[in-house]
Amino acid sequence: MKEKKTASMSRKRAISNFFAYILLVIISIIWLFPFFGLIMQSFRSYLSEYGGMVNYIIPKNFSLDNYRFLFSGETNFVRWYTNTVVIALAVAVLQTLIVLCVSYALSRMRFRGRTFLMRFWLVLGMFPGFLTMICMYFLLKQFGLTQAGAVPGLILVYIASCGMGYYVCKGYFDTIPKALDEAARIDGATRAQIFVQMIIPLSKPIVIYTALVAFLAPWCDYIFASYVAFGNDKSYNVAVAMTRWVWTNDYQGYFTRFCAGGIMVAVPVTILFMCLQKYYVEGVTGGAVKG
Amino acid sequence: MAENKKPKKREYAAFSLKDNLKEIGTTFATGDWKTKLSFLIMGFGPLMRGQIVKGLLFLFCEIAFIAYMIGFGAKYMVKLPTLGTVETQKIGRKTVYGDNSFLILLFGILTVIVVAAFILVWRMNVRENLIEETALKKGKALPSNKKFLASLLDENFDKTLLALPCLGIFVFTVLPIIFMICVAFTNYDKNHQSPTNLFTWVGLQNFRELFSFGSSGFGGTFVTVLIWTLIWAFLATFIDYFLGLAVAMLINKKGIKLKKLWRTILVLTIAVPQFVSLLYIMKMFGNDGIVNGYLMKWGWISSPIPFWTNPTLAKVMIIVINIWVGIPYMMLIATGLLMNIPEDLYESARIDGANPFQMFVKITLPYMLFVTGPFLLTQFTGNLNNFNVIYLLTQGRPQSMKLVGNAGYTDLLVTWLYKMTVTETNYRMAAVIGIMVFIVTAVISLIVYNMLPSVRDEEGFQ
Repeated sequence: MKEKKTASMSRKRAISNFFAYILLVIISIIWLFPFFGLIMQSFRSYLSEYGGMVNYIIPKNFSLDNYRFLFSGETNFVRWYTNTVVIALAVAVLQTLIVLCVSYALSRMRFRGRTFLMRFWLVLGMFPGFLTMICMYFLLKQFGLTQAGAVPGLILVYIASCGMGYYVCKGYFDTIPKALDEAARIDGATRAQIFVQMIIPLSKPIVIYTALVAFLAPWCDYIFASYVAFGNDKSYNVAVAMTRWVWTNDYQGYFTRFCAGGIMVAVPVTILFMCLQKYYVEGVTGGAVKG
Repeated sequence: MAENKKPKKREYAAFSLKDNLKEIGTTFATGDWKTKLSFLIMGFGPLMRGQIVKGLLFLFCEIAFIAYMIGFGAKYMVKLPTLGTVETQKIGRKTVYGDNSFLILLFGILTVIVVAAFILVWRMNVRENLIEETALKKGKALPSNKKFLASLLDENFDKTLLALPCLGIFVFTVLPIIFMICVAFTNYDKNHQSPTNLFTWVGLQNFRELFSFGSSGFGGTFVTVLIWTLIWAFLATFIDYFLGLAVAMLINKKGIKLKKLWRTILVLTIAVPQFVSLLYIMKMFGNDGIVNGYLMKWGWISSPIPFWTNPTLAKVMIIVINIWVGIPYMMLIATGLLMNIPEDLYESARIDGANPFQMFVKITLPYMLFVTGPFLLTQFTGNLNNFNVIYLLTQGRPQSMKLVGNAGYTDLLVTWLYKMTVTETNYRMAAVIGIMVFIVTAVISLIVYNMLPSVRDEEGFQ
């Protein structure tokens, strides 16, 4: 009797799992389809076939013309790519440092104006970021950090206000027991020593998470990058430069070239992300719970 | 007696103007000549008492302030009430530049803040004198310069850590925001561009324009855009939330193999930069895109489906594509949290004869909502300002003659604000809309935050 019941239950589970698999496969197809299309179209030659929009996915002939075009020097693609990498690396390092400093101060130290500072930043964060755009452009221009100097200018823009994004990191620091700090202080360690020698080594996951998020953001930024670098082709980042291929040059058949460029951007970033996925998940989950 | 009072006073002195003035007064009255001179020459007292570093810092602040005011600040501050009166003129073939309203407004604000900061530093200078004198009277030795510098790495470490970030936030966030709030009360737009034209204060006129519902007023467009912004934020947040939860539970289901593979497939969306994936998808659904291409080739439709040109369809598309963007993110968060729910809760529910749906409603959902309450709120406010998805997919299009200010049917307040700034150069209305975005965000956050069950005092976490 009992065996029969478990048998029927396991059959029931098998059926429900079967449907679950079907659902998962459908989901996977939907999620992968755009990437599949992107890869396929990047191999459609703009010379011998057509670089614009067509009504089939798989190219008639696979060719590397689009990739050749990117590196041929006809456009500044390599320059745009280097710009983006430079910005992303610089932002990743500097932003991580700043966020760590702010988080430590807010998590571990009690000083006058601490709650005021946190509330003030919270309120500041409710203003839309583009509100500051005109003024920021002007300030950057004063220092010659627009157009030709857009790369350092953008780095400055990204890191200037990043201290306000301390939530996830501070939340992590809060979970490290304060008793550790106190023990170290009794042993005569200064705050700075505790921060550098104890807290940072203990926070490896959150350091990696912060750096990863900071590294990814500049790859997608269109708004500030296009505004600060306006009209200076050599200081564009990949997002600004290649968005033009879709929006304005599309009728000249730049679409497949955009796809190839997109692949060039997406592949390294994705590989990096997948390697550090564990830390990303940890950071995102922790941040979501503490809000 | 005065000595007994002082430490107590120091605790609350900062909060009341009366106590501040009183303390300044008594410091001057009871202080020695070094203290008295410090009121004029900042840092004089500390310098004379051997506190070289502190004294020099105060002195430097004063010199820098005076130099700033004479060389730069004062001339802007005095013009702040009018924002400039001298027009730029063309004399012959030469352009003679008059006042630049933009600079006057920006540097005027900066100068006001600098003055306020200077008063604060001066107050610190007085307090420092008081502390030193009190300590010396008690016969205590003052901390050496070396000790003061070392304290910046120890008990005053917070100041070292926060100095640079706060400066950055001040220059690139606080100052611009104050500037733009002020712009909302001026007539700064394409007809009043500095440096060729002046602009000036106009009071609440821009706000009146925002709420005027005439043919050329912004009222109708503002309401349309605001309603769509709210609908979008609501749907984008909650549809993603529940579908993400569902997908996470599907993958977490017992007996499902290759869990890691399914997750990785979904996570690809987060990894690939949005401008690549979203622009590609935008093209995919274009009139000449693959989707319409295949549907026509198969003979299902005779003319392309206007995914992006029909207002309603465009809105639906944006929400659907945002699901594609949003599910993986929610799935990641939910996966971790679902594992935290104690298994025995489900076990006892199963013994009581609960079906899976009941278990979801009674156990999983309340737990998830409780834990992710603040997250949902940040998601919601994030979606109110979700620029990338809208701008990369439609740029706010389809446009309409019925809407003013270049707005389209899928524009959110922020994308409209962006268009106002960049393409319309209607800075005054952009500033007004920015303030509206702030009000909407702040009001919603405040209301929801106070309703959240999981709001605890933050020390509780530690």
